[in-house]
Amino acid sequence: MATVEQAVPISAQTRSERFVRFLTRSPIHIGLIAIALIWLVPTVGLGITSFRKPNDIASSGWWHGLTQWDWTLHNYGSVIHATGMGHAWVNSLIITIPATLLPLTLGALAAYGFAWVPFPFRDTIFLAIIALMVVPIQTSLVPLLKLFREWHLNTPHFGIGAFAFLGIWLAHTAFGLPLAIFLLRNFFITLPKDLIEAARMDGASNLAIFRRIVVPLSVPALASFAIFQFLWVWNDLLMALVFLAGQPDKAPMTVRIPYLLSTYGQEYNLLSAASFLLMIVPLIVFFSLQRYFVQGLLAGSVKT
Amino acid sequence: MSTQPLPTPVAAPPPSEGGGVTTRSIFGRFQGMLFVLPAIVALGLFLVYPAYYTIRLAFYEGSFNFGFEHYLGLKNFKELLTNDPDFLDTSKFHGFNIVQELLYKSDGGALVNNIHWVIFYIGFALVIGLGLAVLAVRVRYERAVKTAIFIPMAISATAVGIIWLFVYSPNPDTGVLNATINAFDNGFHPIAWLGRPNLVNYCLIFAYVWASVGFVMVVLSAAIKGIPAEIMEAARVDGAGEWNIFRRIMFPMLSLPLSVVTIWLFVNVIKVFDIIYVMTGGGPGTSSRVIAFTMYEETFLNGRPGYGAAVAVIMLVIIAPIMVLNVRRFRSERVVA
Repeated sequence: MATVEQAVPISAQTRSERFVRFLTRSPIHIGLIAIALIWLVPTVGLGITSFRKPNDIASSGWWHGLTQWDWTLHNYGSVIHATGMGHAWVNSLIITIPATLLPLTLGALAAYGFAWVPFPFRDTIFLAIIALMVVPIQTSLVPLLKLFREWHLNTPHFGIGAFAFLGIWLAHTAFGLPLAIFLLRNFFITLPKDLIEAARMDGASNLAIFRRIVVPLSVPALASFAIFQFLWVWNDLLMALVFLAGQPDKAPMTVRIPYLLSTYGQEYNLLSAASFLLMIVPLIVFFSLQRYFVQGLLAGSVKT
Repeated sequence: MSTQPLPTPVAAPPPSEGGGVTTRSIFGRFQGMLFVLPAIVALGLFLVYPAYYTIRLAFYEGSFNFGFEHYLGLKNFKELLTNDPDFLDTSKFHGFNIVQELLYKSDGGALVNNIHWVIFYIGFALVIGLGLAVLAVRVRYERAVKTAIFIPMAISATAVGIIWLFVYSPNPDTGVLNATINAFDNGFHPIAWLGRPNLVNYCLIFAYVWASVGFVMVVLSAAIKGIPAEIMEAARVDGAGEWNIFRRIMFPMLSLPLSVVTIWLFVNVIKVFDIIYVMTGGGPGTSSRVIAFTMYEETFLNGRPGYGAAVAVIMLVIIAPIMVLNVRRFRSERVVA
């Protein structure tokens, strides 16, 4: 170790070099901290606003809330009950969970096929799927809406009202699948070949190999995609706007908040509390599963 | 939910015996297909076929039930590109000053606005993201800075829109931007940032940059850490300054991640919709519309599905080179590996 340390040139620095280094570095600190503050302040401001009394919000900036500590949860109570935002929050979950599990399941199965089971035209089909990754949602909105209308999804079938969500689940599935297949296939293919060959020798079916070997070994990749897709769907506005239009009782938070804005544009207390409710889920996911989250984003860099 | 949308493939075949081999190999040829089939069907029905439908619809007028009514040929496209000042207003371009007009004027319609978005959104996001990635590795509180920058990435564009509506609020008592300027300059008249046609696009762009820089920073920062330390040390020992190390070593080695990030930003900016819908609704007037906004507006608010489909096709055409690029890159990577 000692020899290695000697090889590091920093120890050979003279005093003047260190001084220059300090001088050149203070702008770095100032710049970094300033940018970090600019990036934090807007979110913090919204958070503080959501805990202040409506009169205070109207009469003074949120930064006064840092010194006047008469915070309240009242805004959350009224936004959840009076404006139906609690209901919309539940809708967001109802939309997001199946729209995450469905492409995860279908994508993992397909990725296994592309990685480990040869079949005719496999590579061509896979390349086509890569190309589909960046297709804009806009090219599908109208035909899908037409299709879902023909299915009469907004009337209950067999007494189940959840059919209203089937359209948006399927649309999100289709748009999540190319990324799921791409990501998972690239991970599956790195699994040790010997392991899979050995299982085949022992007579394991492909489905058994998939379930007993591939899935348990691929939890990090599956988690990365699941988190990416979960946030994608949770944060989506456009698809919900189009596919759940005219059904306010089915609308997720991302749709209800602009609606709130158009009706209560000046009621900052309601808007800020509603936005904070919308943000809280991604923030919890972010802080608890940061590693997978970042991995998923890095891997998802090929999608938008 | 069901985890087996597939008809279960063959039960485990008998391990020994020669007769099973032929049935297995015939079946085996299509077994992979069975795994892929549900995904292919979903993609075909809900992504590929709709895209075909939209392309076809772009040649019709369409109606409220989105059928193929009134064949128009290329008329939708012609109308969009020559006779719709909200989409592309070429009358604003004079002579050879196109570049100048593009950069300094923002009343050229949705397409020109989107070009502004491409230039300034990608430019700012890359410069800020790269700067942060390069600088953050040099300080001890790297993690804290990165977390602060990255948080907006997790937030929905809807929430980003509300957050920045508060920041840009014209009321200096509540809007933090006007209040900050006011603190330095007392006689200052608060600005309605989103109410001015010549400012609104840049304000929206900055809000979206704010939300996207975290991604650029994380990707580039991971790439910088992947540069072998020996190369940097060798350069330092040879007396290279920090600037030269950045320019001659880091920057060239970052070309691949930079291109990935630029493509991501580009696709993002062509599809940008949510934040504009929430913050300005395309206004004031039509001055902050972009391509995706026009598509939504024409199709669902103005009841012109054929016209909206033509806008969607233009989006697809703009993004098509990225599709080719992605496929090519994947192929070349595989050759290397």
